[in-house]
Amino acid sequence: MVIEQVSVFVENKKGSLKDILGILADGGVDLRAISIADTSDFGILRMIVPEPDATLELFRSRGVTASKTQVTGCKLHDEPGALHKVLSTLCDADISVEYIYAFLTRSAGDAYVILRVEDNAAARDVLQRAGHSLISQDDILTL
Amino acid sequence: MWQPEIEAMGRDALRYLQEDRFRQVWAHIWDDAPVQRGLLRDAGAERGDAPSLDGISKLPFTDKKAFTEHYPFGLFAVPREKVIRLHSTSGTTNKPSMGGYTVSDMQNWKDLIARICAAAGVTGGDTAQVAFGYGMFTGGFGLHQGLEQMGVTILPMSSGQTEKQLMMMRDIGPTVLVSTPSYALYLSEAVREAGIKGEIKLRVGLFGGEGHTPEMAAKIEENLGITATSNYGLCELGGPGLSGECLERKGLHIAEDHYYCEIIDSETGEVLPEGETGELVVTSLTREALPLIRYRTKDITRLTYEPCACGRTHARMAPVIGRSDDMLIIRGVNVFPSQIESVLIRQEHIGPHYMLVVRREGVTDTLEVQVELVDGSVLESFPMLEQIQGSIREQIRNILGLTVKVTLVAPQSVERFMGKARRVKDERGK
Repeated sequence: MVIEQVSVFVENKKGSLKDILGILADGGVDLRAISIADTSDFGILRMIVPEPDATLELFRSRGVTASKTQVTGCKLHDEPGALHKVLSTLCDADISVEYIYAFLTRSAGDAYVILRVEDNAAARDVLQRAGHSLISQDDILTL
Repeated sequence: MWQPEIEAMGRDALRYLQEDRFRQVWAHIWDDAPVQRGLLRDAGAERGDAPSLDGISKLPFTDKKAFTEHYPFGLFAVPREKVIRLHSTSGTTNKPSMGGYTVSDMQNWKDLIARICAAAGVTGGDTAQVAFGYGMFTGGFGLHQGLEQMGVTILPMSSGQTEKQLMMMRDIGPTVLVSTPSYALYLSEAVREAGIKGEIKLRVGLFGGEGHTPEMAAKIEENLGITATSNYGLCELGGPGLSGECLERKGLHIAEDHYYCEIIDSETGEVLPEGETGELVVTSLTREALPLIRYRTKDITRLTYEPCACGRTHARMAPVIGRSDDMLIIRGVNVFPSQIESVLIRQEHIGPHYMLVVRREGVTDTLEVQVELVDGSVLESFPMLEQIQGSIREQIRNILGLTVKVTLVAPQSVERFMGKARRVKDERGK
């Protein structure tokens, strides 16, 4: 149930995000989810892709500072309050979320969130026990 | 030692030799060097009152301006046909300084280079990859000729063509690398990235043409598995060989039989006592083509006359910490780029290349330090990235008492230099 996220360093200047996405385009990488966090100086672009190892290598070969991390993915019903339930489950188990981003797919009625927590295994465990459905790297290929 | 009878001679005998040679320089200038003679006359000196070296502080300085004003040959003290070689500075802002050599100057130069190479542990059995630029720059041909004199096999690569440099390192197995420290760093990173450290035989580096910090030397040493040594000289005074490190690496031995050195306060021109840091001022003692009295190098260093464990008796200068005209004054604080470099090169997660950008915002000067973030493992959290910035900012504040802006930039985005690095962009007044 592990999902691997690729993060890259993006300078906060005109064209740098475009250049990063140009590398993905050249490499034929199909983005499933994307999120950017920024300060006034720089940003970190985080993404979920079908083949994280290949994407990481692609970035490194082009001289881009990049890394790979494990995150937890959760599938939920696309309805009000669904995400609240997920977070309540984690909160009750005393697990804090460092960051979160959501994405939709072609399948109507479902939404997905990517959660970054300190202890992925513990998070997955409590989420599953509370009846939430998790997604795996294999699911990413078919979403 | 290349010339042990001179390099290890007693200090009294050395002083006697210096005094004797200074009297010859004095006569040569009054006889043959109209511009230098004019400077002395303007300061009220007479040919008859030849001062001893103790009284040299009464004589006027010579500076780079004299080279610019009297470009190209005004300072030469021999007929043009006696000059067998010309070299010059790069002269990016002004007319370059033109340097010249007679047959005797050239022989002395070769010996001075051989001295610094021998001091760094180079012997006739070595093979040297000379990655200094060949051309008007004194470094390439200077080191080449001195190494040749020692019987060293020379690979005259010049600078640039990094791939080919690496190929030669592997295929030919040179044991000595000659270059600017910034190019050596660049090459060393290329070696590390190519993973070929185990396949090269480099043992010692002779780095000059610009200053470098001990931290930068350590990085090059780590990447290449060598001992890095530093040498010094400037075109106006005959190029590299003025001083160089021995393997003790506690300062650069000055060829005192050819150069008499003083340290002055850049502002007041007063001579400073031994051990104090200030601008190096050099009087040439043997140069025929271009004799100079009290030439202001603008380089900031300090001298020691303490005996060295290597056995050489000649004084040592500390590695140059900067040039008085490279010194940035930011909000009243004197800043040498080398001070910032010493912080950056120790910092984890970032690359060794950097750029300093000085700007004026309103009435306040600001300094931005741009460094490349190369380690992806810190991308997981903003706090870690901010901590890197904060740590650099804090260390610089501790050293300089100045708060700077630290910007993390993408790898390979800071400019690389094949020759002398220009790591400061001063945008004030633009």
